[in-house]
Amino acid sequence: MSQDILTSTFAGAIRSGTPLLFATLGEILAERSGILNLGVEGMMLIGAFTGFAVSYTTSNLWLAVIAAMGAAAILASLHAFVSITLKVNQVVSGLALVFLGSGLSGFWGQKFVGIQSVSFSNVKIPLLGDIPFVGTILFDRDPLVYVGYLLVPLIWWYLYKTKYGMNLRAVGEAPAAADARGINVSLTRYIYTIIGGALSGLGGAYLSLAYTSMWVENMTAGRGWIAVVLVIFAIWDPVLAMVGAYIFGGISVLQFGLQVAQTPIPPNIMKMFPYLFTVAVMLFTSSEKMKKRFGAPTALGIPYSREEKT
Amino acid sequence: MRLRIERKKEDPTKLSIFLMSIFSVLASLVILGFIILSLGKNPIDAYIQLTSWPFGTIAGLTQTLVSMMPLLFTSLGVLIAFKMKLWNIGAEGQFYMGAFAATWGALFLFNKISNPWIMLPLLAIFAAAFGGAWGAASGWMKAKLGVNEILSTLMLNYIAIYWVNYLVYGPWKGKGSYNFPITATFPKSAILPQYTSDGLNLGIFLAIATSFFVYYLLRWTKFGFHMDIVGDNPTAAKYSGINVGKMTIAVLALSGAISGLGGMMQMSGVLFRLQPNFSPGYGYTAIIVAWLARLNPFVAIVVAFLFGGLLVGTQQIQLFLQIPFSLVSVFEGLVLFSLISGEALLRYKVKIGGVKV
Repeated sequence: MSQDILTSTFAGAIRSGTPLLFATLGEILAERSGILNLGVEGMMLIGAFTGFAVSYTTSNLWLAVIAAMGAAAILASLHAFVSITLKVNQVVSGLALVFLGSGLSGFWGQKFVGIQSVSFSNVKIPLLGDIPFVGTILFDRDPLVYVGYLLVPLIWWYLYKTKYGMNLRAVGEAPAAADARGINVSLTRYIYTIIGGALSGLGGAYLSLAYTSMWVENMTAGRGWIAVVLVIFAIWDPVLAMVGAYIFGGISVLQFGLQVAQTPIPPNIMKMFPYLFTVAVMLFTSSEKMKKRFGAPTALGIPYSREEKT
Repeated sequence: MRLRIERKKEDPTKLSIFLMSIFSVLASLVILGFIILSLGKNPIDAYIQLTSWPFGTIAGLTQTLVSMMPLLFTSLGVLIAFKMKLWNIGAEGQFYMGAFAATWGALFLFNKISNPWIMLPLLAIFAAAFGGAWGAASGWMKAKLGVNEILSTLMLNYIAIYWVNYLVYGPWKGKGSYNFPITATFPKSAILPQYTSDGLNLGIFLAIATSFFVYYLLRWTKFGFHMDIVGDNPTAAKYSGINVGKMTIAVLALSGAISGLGGMMQMSGVLFRLQPNFSPGYGYTAIIVAWLARLNPFVAIVVAFLFGGLLVGTQQIQLFLQIPFSLVSVFEGLVLFSLISGEALLRYKVKIGGVKV
């Protein structure tokens, strides 16, 4: 492969990994608090649609991003309400969120299908962007990619180095003990489920505001589910989430690279790659033993109530 | 204001669950009405159109039965898995694999067979085997490696759909299809007996027969009994000598086989050839049908009939009122949310600031 193809493949990996990164970071926060939210796909779709609709009507990209995050946060708060306050099965609630998110976005989004809107353009960072090869790949990207770069260390620092991060981890590991120490378990879970949703919405918005400048029904194409798998791959760690997201991004753009290189693999077979790879990742990371060793939050998916301490 | 929720001592009665389910559906319809209103359409008009054609006319009723058939197969499939608390979200992919196998058999493997009595059972077995293998793969990953079945069945959906796309856009593209991505038409021997000119076929009776089979299996066999035990408490099941891993694989295989069978029936009964996106999400709607039916295979017949009508009615209002088809997913999401919330409210007492509600 020539240098050009290599550069564009790596750059493509960053671009198509960024929505996964946002969604994965969001899900990590929610799961760290003990709430399993399988609704990422639905929240991303609502984010993608809302972002597009707002950017199309106002031409203000940052307003669109904020609206996308807000819309997905509203969906997430629905999940928070039923799974924290009503203590229902989080799996079913998450699935309901997927139906609702994909349904509403498709429903309201139909009149936006096929229109172009403004989108984020690349902003070259001075000095860093001039580094040959690496600079073009990493530092000549759209602003949301840079937001991703910043969020990873920020969330890492927050989780491991601040009191709030410690409280968050405590709520996911040992809610009863956290409760005894005076941490409000329900409130904590509400907050991170909703923030998690907002980040998923950001991931969705990336698709319709930066990755393309269009809205297409179900345009996430399973990325929300892949993000759920990436959380396991990343063992609930933001830095590994970044590594995982970019690797997955690379695999989903591999098809374009291979097409340019004129490999005889048909496009529909190449489109299977990310899903096949996801299955492969699950095969290596899913065993209960692995999860125990690498620290899945102990209380993940288990509703907490003071009266029924077990 | 403080909202507190406490568990009730007694379990809800069957009647209260039934009434709650009805109420959930009605509540969802009301919310859906506001969502329809947000597009500037009249929800009353929409509901009249939604129900009058699929349930009130002979032609519409036929269509309802036709779209009920794949829905019933797939919901019976997921219902079996749910019974053992296995979240098979892969009915869509298993349905696709069944359709793929049926097409493979009808057009390429057994195309010399001209006797439908040999051909059709052969296709059914073949499709069930492929759907079953698709389910069993997730079962195996779950049993051996603890891979979450929700995610694995879901990924396999995407793989199955792209596989069918690959075939119909590539090697299986039929001659005389004017470059459309569709296969050749099934031979006569691979087509189920038809009762009307618009698609009502033997498949619907076989789907209902399958409900009876599933009921029998769950209620009267040792296998069903073991499923109950594993579903209730896998640890206890292990200690009583049940091989939980084997059960997991077997149940997901069976679950996939039934959905796969549905895929074959759709091919041989309704479409007669494979094409991309031939399912409007039957495998996903099946989840709601199974849940609303409380995992009862007989109730599933009724719910599948209603949802079959919903799919037909939505196509109708899409055509006449320009209301997007995604309305179905919105409704499904709403129903699922109100069902689980309603159930929680049946099991718990809600106290607001110390006052019982």
